[in-house]
Amino acid sequence: MPNKQRIVITGIGLTAPNGNNLSEFRGALLEGKSGLQAKEIRHMGTKAAGLCDFDEFRYQKRKTRKRGTRAGSIGIYCAHQAILDAEIDWNTVDKDQIGIYVGITEHGNVETENEIHELYQNELNTDFWSHHHNPRTVANAPAGEISLNLGVTGPAYTIGAACAAGNMGLIHGVQMLRAGEVDLAIAGGISESPATFGIFAAFNSQGALGSHENPELSSRPLDKNRNGITISEGGCLYILERLEDAQKRNAKIYGEVAGYAVNSDASDFVLPNSERQTECIHKALKNAELSANDIDIVNMHATGTNQGDIQECKAINNVFKGTSAHINATKALIGHCMGAAGSLELAGNIPSFEDSMVHGTYNIDELDEECAMDNLVIGAPVKKEVKTILNNSFGMLGINSSLIIKKYI
Amino acid sequence: MDTAEVRQKVLDIIADVALDDDLSDLDDSVALREQLDLDSMDFLDIVMELKKRHKIEVPQEDYPQLASMQSCVDYLTPKFNQ
Repeated sequence: MPNKQRIVITGIGLTAPNGNNLSEFRGALLEGKSGLQAKEIRHMGTKAAGLCDFDEFRYQKRKTRKRGTRAGSIGIYCAHQAILDAEIDWNTVDKDQIGIYVGITEHGNVETENEIHELYQNELNTDFWSHHHNPRTVANAPAGEISLNLGVTGPAYTIGAACAAGNMGLIHGVQMLRAGEVDLAIAGGISESPATFGIFAAFNSQGALGSHENPELSSRPLDKNRNGITISEGGCLYILERLEDAQKRNAKIYGEVAGYAVNSDASDFVLPNSERQTECIHKALKNAELSANDIDIVNMHATGTNQGDIQECKAINNVFKGTSAHINATKALIGHCMGAAGSLELAGNIPSFEDSMVHGTYNIDELDEECAMDNLVIGAPVKKEVKTILNNSFGMLGINSSLIIKKYI
Repeated sequence: MDTAEVRQKVLDIIADVALDDDLSDLDDSVALREQLDLDSMDFLDIVMELKKRHKIEVPQEDYPQLASMQSCVDYLTPKFNQ
């Protein structure tokens, strides 16, 4: 593949429930440090959630924070961190040639719920409905807030892909760089979902809201006694560049995008489909010109729902049974970061290229026999030389994504 | 309510809108936009807060009356006293 088509990661900016930069996040995943805690949810009482504690005002003024959204604030923090990490010379870079591609599961629930709450405090008088409601709830809001903050005049928009969105932001960035639409992409995913009671209530009604008297144990993917999803916020944005551009400026290269695939189940609104997931993984391998035997780590989507985990384990066994791929999952420690899940969980594994460790899957007291897989890493990390990572992210309405990153040598 | 009290009410609202600005040296005779980082959405915030906190309606054609602190006080004092 010509260097113009080879896309590399040169910067990572993130906030997760258990870390506000890659080093902290990686450390927490290796040590098994949870970021889950109890949160008071409007109308619902105390529920487990994953919350981030980054400094909102590090890169953002108080007025724009008040005017904007939590999702935008997370995005602004991650974008700045990624730019700093990539050592981009912000004064000279052509801001018209930068694309901002932000994956979101949903946007506008938080802001709409807040307005409706206020509406009821004001006896349903819509005269007090905020003029900020529309700019806060347009679907491109989080990406737009980043472009306003950074002065980026290139394309900036969100990509709605349910919980596959974090991978989709990255994939879209790769596509735009390969198409020559931009010279640099700030791409990944974000989520502000714990600030809305509606998502908690909906998962609760679906019988899929994770719970435990200890919030740190509320998310238990693959465990026999798992009982659902723990809703979290977070963000992870990458700096993506063409290899030749990265080489020209002697950039540090975290890894190269080897391949990807996206497909649809076309079978159910919420229930996953292991056959389509299997096909998606096979397509990603073909796109990367790799075989299952070439993959060192498979990071699962594994949300902690009963059917979701079983279906994904079937798909992984369909492809990787008998290979040397190690399997892990991240959500026990950070919950389900929704639109950020794919990009964050990938970032949590990328340091494996350097430290040769595979982080473990936590909160498995008794492995569900339907989730048994070869080389599943439970608990403590495993030492292993890592050259390829396959990251799965799946979402409602049957969207599947598999993304493969390889070590840049 | 006298003009000093009205000025303080308006200043309280501006302080909650222009969150990053220093209001200590505000010149009442100079346009607020020339002294503070305010845009059209901020003026809508001021109008909304007048409505929420003091039940004062400012019709759109009167928005220019909110240009400076002095014009705010001149325009709003009768409304505060209605």
